[in-house]
Amino acid sequence: MNQKPITLQIDNHSITVPDGTTILDAATEIGISIPTLCHIKLKGTCVDNHPASCRLCVVEVDGRRNLAPSCSTKCTDGMVVHTSSLRVMRARRIVLELILSDHPNECLTCPKSGNCELQNLAIRFKIHETPFAGGELSQRKKEVTTSIVRNMDKCVFCRRCETMCNDVQTVGAIGAIKRGFNTTIAPAFDKKLSESECTYCGQCVAVCPVGALTEHDNTNRLLEDLCNPDKTVIVQTAPAVRVALGEEFGYPAGTIVTGKMVSALRELGFKYVFDTDFAADLTIMEEGSELLDRLTRFLDGDKTVCLPILTSCCPAWVNFFEHQFPDLLDIPSTARSPQQMFGSIAKTYWAEKMNIPREKLIVVSIMPCLAKKYECDRDEFKVNGNPDVDYSITTRELAALIKRANIGFRLLPNSDFDVPLGESTGAGAIFGATGGVMEAALRSAYEWYTGKTLENVNFESVRGLEGIRRTTIDLNGFQLKVGIAHGLGNARHLLNEIRKGNNEYHVIEIMACPGGCIGGGGQPLHHGNSEILYARQRAIYAEDAQKPLRKSHDNPYIQKLYEEFLGKPLGEKAHLLLHTHYFNKSID
Amino acid sequence: MQDLEKVKKSAQSLLCLREESDKEAAKESCGLALGTQHLQILTCGGTGCKASNSRAIAENLNKCIQENGIADKVEVITTGCFGFCEKGPIVKIIPDNTFYTQVKPEDAEEIVKEHIIGGKRIERLLFVDPKNGAKVSDSKHMDFYRKQKRIALRNCGFINPENIEEYIGRNGYMSLAECLLNKTPEEVIDIVKRSGLRGRGGGGFPTGKKWELTHKQQADVKYVVCNADEGDPGAFMDRSIMEGDPNSIVEAMAICGYAIGACHGLIYIRAEYPLAIHRLQVAIKQANEWGLLGNNIFGTDFNFDITLRYGAGAFVCGEETALIHSMEGKRGEPTLKPPFPAESGYKGKPTNVNNVETFANIPAIFENGPKWFASIGTERSKGTKVFALAGKINNVGLIEVPMGTTLREVIYEIGGGIKGGKKFKAVQTGGPSGGCLTEKHLDLPIDYDNLLAAGSMMGSGGMIVMDEDDCMVSVARFYLDFTVGESCGKCVPCRIGNKRLLEILNKITEGRGTEEDLEKLETLGKVIKDTALCGLGQTSPNPVLSTLDNFHDEYLEHVRDKTCRAKQCKSMLSYYINPDICVGCHLCAKNCPADAISGIPRKPHTIIPDKCIKCGMCMSRCKFKAITIC
Repeated sequence: MNQKPITLQIDNHSITVPDGTTILDAATEIGISIPTLCHIKLKGTCVDNHPASCRLCVVEVDGRRNLAPSCSTKCTDGMVVHTSSLRVMRARRIVLELILSDHPNECLTCPKSGNCELQNLAIRFKIHETPFAGGELSQRKKEVTTSIVRNMDKCVFCRRCETMCNDVQTVGAIGAIKRGFNTTIAPAFDKKLSESECTYCGQCVAVCPVGALTEHDNTNRLLEDLCNPDKTVIVQTAPAVRVALGEEFGYPAGTIVTGKMVSALRELGFKYVFDTDFAADLTIMEEGSELLDRLTRFLDGDKTVCLPILTSCCPAWVNFFEHQFPDLLDIPSTARSPQQMFGSIAKTYWAEKMNIPREKLIVVSIMPCLAKKYECDRDEFKVNGNPDVDYSITTRELAALIKRANIGFRLLPNSDFDVPLGESTGAGAIFGATGGVMEAALRSAYEWYTGKTLENVNFESVRGLEGIRRTTIDLNGFQLKVGIAHGLGNARHLLNEIRKGNNEYHVIEIMACPGGCIGGGGQPLHHGNSEILYARQRAIYAEDAQKPLRKSHDNPYIQKLYEEFLGKPLGEKAHLLLHTHYFNKSID
Repeated sequence: MQDLEKVKKSAQSLLCLREESDKEAAKESCGLALGTQHLQILTCGGTGCKASNSRAIAENLNKCIQENGIADKVEVITTGCFGFCEKGPIVKIIPDNTFYTQVKPEDAEEIVKEHIIGGKRIERLLFVDPKNGAKVSDSKHMDFYRKQKRIALRNCGFINPENIEEYIGRNGYMSLAECLLNKTPEEVIDIVKRSGLRGRGGGGFPTGKKWELTHKQQADVKYVVCNADEGDPGAFMDRSIMEGDPNSIVEAMAICGYAIGACHGLIYIRAEYPLAIHRLQVAIKQANEWGLLGNNIFGTDFNFDITLRYGAGAFVCGEETALIHSMEGKRGEPTLKPPFPAESGYKGKPTNVNNVETFANIPAIFENGPKWFASIGTERSKGTKVFALAGKINNVGLIEVPMGTTLREVIYEIGGGIKGGKKFKAVQTGGPSGGCLTEKHLDLPIDYDNLLAAGSMMGSGGMIVMDEDDCMVSVARFYLDFTVGESCGKCVPCRIGNKRLLEILNKITEGRGTEEDLEKLETLGKVIKDTALCGLGQTSPNPVLSTLDNFHDEYLEHVRDKTCRAKQCKSMLSYYINPDICVGCHLCAKNCPADAISGIPRKPHTIIPDKCIKCGMCMSRCKFKAITIC
């Protein structure tokens, strides 16, 4: 690639940029903010959508017949660009008026209101009339699934969701169908999402600029339960929630708001505020033991054991391999996800302790994730129809609920989680970032395998945001080969290698969302700003560093749980309550 | 090569009858009775004539020949399209060059008995010159053919397209041999560049330059793609070439492959062209058998193969990036250029995409030299252009004229003027992407730049003539309706903008338009042109903008006076019974589906305007022409 710098002129500013830079990026660099709608690019990840189809970012380029989409037009030497000429401003306005002419005028009741990129553009352009409105509206489908709500009437056809689903996640559940005015994004043959290969990872929702794709909102259901005197409502909060929730209350990205979050949850009326981090520690006990068990048997020459062992904390990832790799169902760990381990323990061990009948106990989870909503609903996680976790709400839903309940979040004092299911180690905290589960598992596995104390618990080599990371960990002379992937496209890459028989790993961690749970489909919207992801990631490791205990097996309440109730990891009771099995869900 | 020369010689003897008859002026008619030794009967096997049962004509002719025991002296040959579709099916007798029009299967016996054996022309099947009523037997003397110059269509209606030997007999594959054996790829590109050939698909990009761009790319694999996704309503230039002369495409693609360094060719053709597909398949098969495709062509190390890819008929797939996506199995929609296909095309490899007609010119350029080609046409548009002439014109059909021919020559001389002696109003060129030109443009020499400057475009070569009975608002509406239906839906201006344009036009033709709507049309149309993603979107407002410009009065009448002078916009019409003519036969009232006509028998009737649905039934039923539209 020719890396010759390019000098061009944008609105009378002269600027030099590397070859290959788009006009949009060059303009952004000198503080010129060109409006965009379809474009989204998360720097440092593979998320990049620039179909050049919304035509809002058009600019005038001297010597060019028509206007150029700045998101996809590369700078050339000597180019003269006008980003706000009368011609450009008129074209942009009319394009926006056209989009609005095919958009339901339902802003007051739209779940995306206030956080909608189209709404922001309409405000920015001061559109008070829609001269092209009154014509036909394209008729598209609506669908409510356990996780995702599709209201395609509102779709602006930016194709971001399609890019996430097809290019980034390689799931291929949705794509453009039909032609012209009736074009829509849907599963093939306009089937339902619930009949497709959708994993419910929610990355489509995370990037949708408008109200076409939103989460299934459980907040009203939660309010009903909180007000019901017959029910005991308890809550667990996932590790990635506390590093992102603050964004919704004006804190800079990466602010840790654990204490305020716990206070807010108490104010909302939860009887007990517990922590999914506790269950994350429990997961390490089971998954780590399974790893060592399989590894030892494998090294002893047991042919029935297959490696690598894959993590199974992420429900979208579980969905993905059930759909796409049904031939490999025996390699992921059988350990349930922390959310489900928590529910299972809460409705047995803890409920018995507290003498609360199962049907009167409501377990709610706060998750950065949409697939978790679906996971709660899986039949294997129910006892006589009663789910271990009743339902899940996202970080965004929690923020909305706190605002709705008049709670002054910023003025809240810090409080601690309740015991026993609220106590956790730093190992549980890092589950929220890609590589975290692996690092947590390594901290325990090292000590169990070598019998030595691990002095430096920081496995820096498994951290980062690179799509696929490979490293080797020295376990007292044994070289443990470790792989980490985030984003299902990267996962597919590793799984394809395994399927071909080219496995080079003993253990692999996979998270469906770019960045891991910090970039989950239920998190506050990043609107294309990857700095937010980096800040959340730093916060996750900061949370870990400040914990007095950093290894899951050191958690005293986990030790007590095994002593009083479970017996030993991978034991009979643990197997019944903390492990699961997988199904072939391939669609032909 | 020597084999090829041999075949050429043998085939030439086969064709010499046709060649000679073409050169000499029409002689007296020939026939076995008059001592003619050998006769050929050419029947048109193009889709149009086939639809008029030309296959049965050939079968009947053969049957008669068998019955009369003259099969050793007379041959029936199915050719490609003759172009004069208005008068099809065409049957041509060689060597006296008699051109029979509108032949029916039952005429076969008479042709064989009277003409082939008896040597007597059948007068009733001859073409009648509409100007003077004279019968013309030789097509060379018809206005329709006289002004034409056939390069791309040189073999159409002349050779049997399913016989590669006939193509070789017309110097076929000699250009390929010349390129492979005596020229470097750079020299080949230089010749194409010097010929001045520009893309015939619509845009008019210089072909040689396109080849050069692809040639310069470094890649392990490159592709040659023939764009045969002809989609303009009423256009059938490419189809006729593929049906009539498929080998010219095969040869040209191989030349292109050699020039750019590609060894794979793909033809993207719409599945609704079954005959063209069949002829191409036959040509590719024969070329492979003859070693003109495949490995080590002409003993060189050049390998080339061609495969067909079928399109489902989406108009936008004629746009090259959309075409490539469709071939890759993706959604047929365009992506931004650059990167051009020359850099990153099919499967991300350098790809040269040319239209059928462009390719059809290539062998002729090498045969006659770039200077010859560049001597035809205008300053910046060289060679000829094929047009599908249609609409309110006497001679509907496929024509090929040198660039620079005026619209007047095409419409009045070749086309034979307006049907029914009506007044010319406009001619639409360039299909849904083009615009409407008026009387003031009639003396405009046709070339890429002139058409563009006049607010239309060359397009792929559709040419639809309109007369005084055509409403220009409705014409614009028709084309926009097509574009709205064919938009891929990707970009906002095309997906929503064109839909809104259409809604405004609907409003105007329904008599609900305002002058403000005209401003909206213009503003919106210009913004769509300025902002749409691909060529389809950028040109889609052309029919609206050009009619708005050239026929502003007509638009004003629609919105201000609520009248349509062409009487096409139903909601602005009212039907009127002239009481002086009406005899009160009551037939109109009986047939009126809306019960909107009142009157007692034998007294003049009247129409009740509130009830009338303007279906026109009364007018069509009135035997006394008492009902008019006003």
